[in-house]
Amino acid sequence: MTSIAIPLPAPVDANLPLLEVREVAKTFGRREVLKNISLKIDSGEFLTLLGESGSGKTTLLRLIAGFEQPTAGEIWTAGERLDTLPAYKRRVNTVFQNYALFPHLNVRDNVAYGLRVQGAPKSEIPGRVDAALHMVKMTEFASARPSRLSGGQQQRVALARALINRPQLLLLDEPLSALDANLRKEMQSELKTLQREIGIAFLFVTHDQEEAMALSDRIALLRDGALEQVASPREIYAHPATAYTAQFIGQTNLLRGEIRRSIATCGVLRWPLEEADAPAVFSLRPEAIRLSPDGKRQTNEVKFCASILQQIYGGASELLEVDCGAGQLLRVRLPACGPLTGKHDFVFLIADAIRVAD
Amino acid sequence: MYSRLYKTLVSAPPLLWVALFLLLPYALMFAHSFWTVQDGVLVHHWNLSNYQKLLSNPLYADVLFRTLRIAGSVLLCSLLLGYPLAYYLSFHSGPRKELLYQLVIVPLWVSYLVRGYAWKTILGSEGVLNGFLQYFHFTHAPVSFLLYSPFAVVLVLTHIYTPFVFLPIYASLEHIPRPLLEASQDLGASPASTFLRVILPLSMPGLLAGATFAFVLSLGDFLAPLLVGGSSGTMIANIVETLFGATYDWPLGAAISVCILLITLSLLFLTERLEKRWSFK
Repeated sequence: MTSIAIPLPAPVDANLPLLEVREVAKTFGRREVLKNISLKIDSGEFLTLLGESGSGKTTLLRLIAGFEQPTAGEIWTAGERLDTLPAYKRRVNTVFQNYALFPHLNVRDNVAYGLRVQGAPKSEIPGRVDAALHMVKMTEFASARPSRLSGGQQQRVALARALINRPQLLLLDEPLSALDANLRKEMQSELKTLQREIGIAFLFVTHDQEEAMALSDRIALLRDGALEQVASPREIYAHPATAYTAQFIGQTNLLRGEIRRSIATCGVLRWPLEEADAPAVFSLRPEAIRLSPDGKRQTNEVKFCASILQQIYGGASELLEVDCGAGQLLRVRLPACGPLTGKHDFVFLIADAIRVAD
Repeated sequence: MYSRLYKTLVSAPPLLWVALFLLLPYALMFAHSFWTVQDGVLVHHWNLSNYQKLLSNPLYADVLFRTLRIAGSVLLCSLLLGYPLAYYLSFHSGPRKELLYQLVIVPLWVSYLVRGYAWKTILGSEGVLNGFLQYFHFTHAPVSFLLYSPFAVVLVLTHIYTPFVFLPIYASLEHIPRPLLEASQDLGASPASTFLRVILPLSMPGLLAGATFAFVLSLGDFLAPLLVGGSSGTMIANIVETLFGATYDWPLGAAISVCILLITLSLLFLTERLEKRWSFK
């Protein structure tokens, strides 16, 4: 996608976040869908709302778009209160999950819709529509009806339609979930490129953690209507705050045990740790565990002997399930190394066992 | 794959039915329209005199135009009532939707005749409406145009055919995916703009179907004018009924019927074309 279509949005006050969600709650009947959510989005940022189905991520998006009203709290955009405005007066645009293209309008008229209803000068419309279609490489389909287009093509039209009004913030509600795996990967990279080039903020909703990791500047992980953790993909992967986050983002081994007299004990694994006595949960990523060929360990490492239960070949890497005694199972990811059997020595860095809240 | 015998057995009864009770009567009607009655006896002598009579006597054209006018008024009134009703039910009725839907349908269970007579007691000079107007001193004498007038016919037919207009419109509104309305708002369209640019075009097939029902059914109606029309509210079907009954001039009645049939068929053809234009699947 090339960048000529949409000029950079007008600069907003740099001191204010582009969008601020303040202590927002939403209940449907007795069901609390969102609990006390506070979140800021900066201009030009790619923020992903990640969560399982039913975690409230789509509801939060719909509150920002204006399709639902918050039960409590406020939403502000660059110094202006947003949640009191009707949806059609908000300067945010949405790419819908199933695209919601107007079936009675062709591609060109779908894209022009936002300009027409807002009374843009007639002379300006064709040029801007052509540019938007060019941006998403859909020029040759300008006069096709949406029902004639493939999922990926509809996706592009939905993007062009949402961007034609030059919003500061684009909301995307699981826009790639209806596409097959290969096309999804392709659209992911196109989306990311497009977002960088036009420089507007994207608020992206997905349940796919890989997608969130690949695209986002920051990830806001939602769990049962509350924010679990908001951080960059690297930060959230390397330092998950909770056991839930550690398990949801990537694969991990959760080690449950306790700290007593500066020794952490989780089953057969023990290591020194200068922390107060308490029960503790640690997240240990499978790739943090390595084979110890000579059976030796450094002082900052933990060594254990385990028998291989299962080995899954994954091309560049191998995923092992090992039993380190007393039925304590761990997953280990190694660089591809050929079939392994029997007992082996493994080591991991103490620093890689991240203490998380339960 | 089904055997040829099976296919024949399955398709024969409906084909036979259509031939016996639809095509044959039409053929008979068509033939009759070219025959004549002389001294109370049907003469099987092919000629165009019936059609010449229709063209030369202005009475028939007058009644036909009045019929078209009444059918047009019914179409307009029932659309003005049926569309907003369907719109409200589909988009804004919330949890009462099912109940309200049943309430719209219930009148269809009541006999046409009963409803016609009910209007007679409402509109008559001793009727409920006149009693009300006089009680509150809006008028001093009974208002006479209420009953036995084209107005009364339009009123009764509108009452009877509004559910027929409502149903297809409601169905088409229910089929509009709700995210489309959100997309429209999202792009900056006010509620009025969303209605004109999304809802109305997408409900066009239902609107056309409902309009066709109201117009075609009114066009052939003879009970409402018989009950509440009086002489000024006579419609073309009443003439046909008289010609086949008291007057005993089947050929002339058949000729009028052929004319009405042609009007109806060309209307159906037209709306069919329009409906195709407005469907997007």
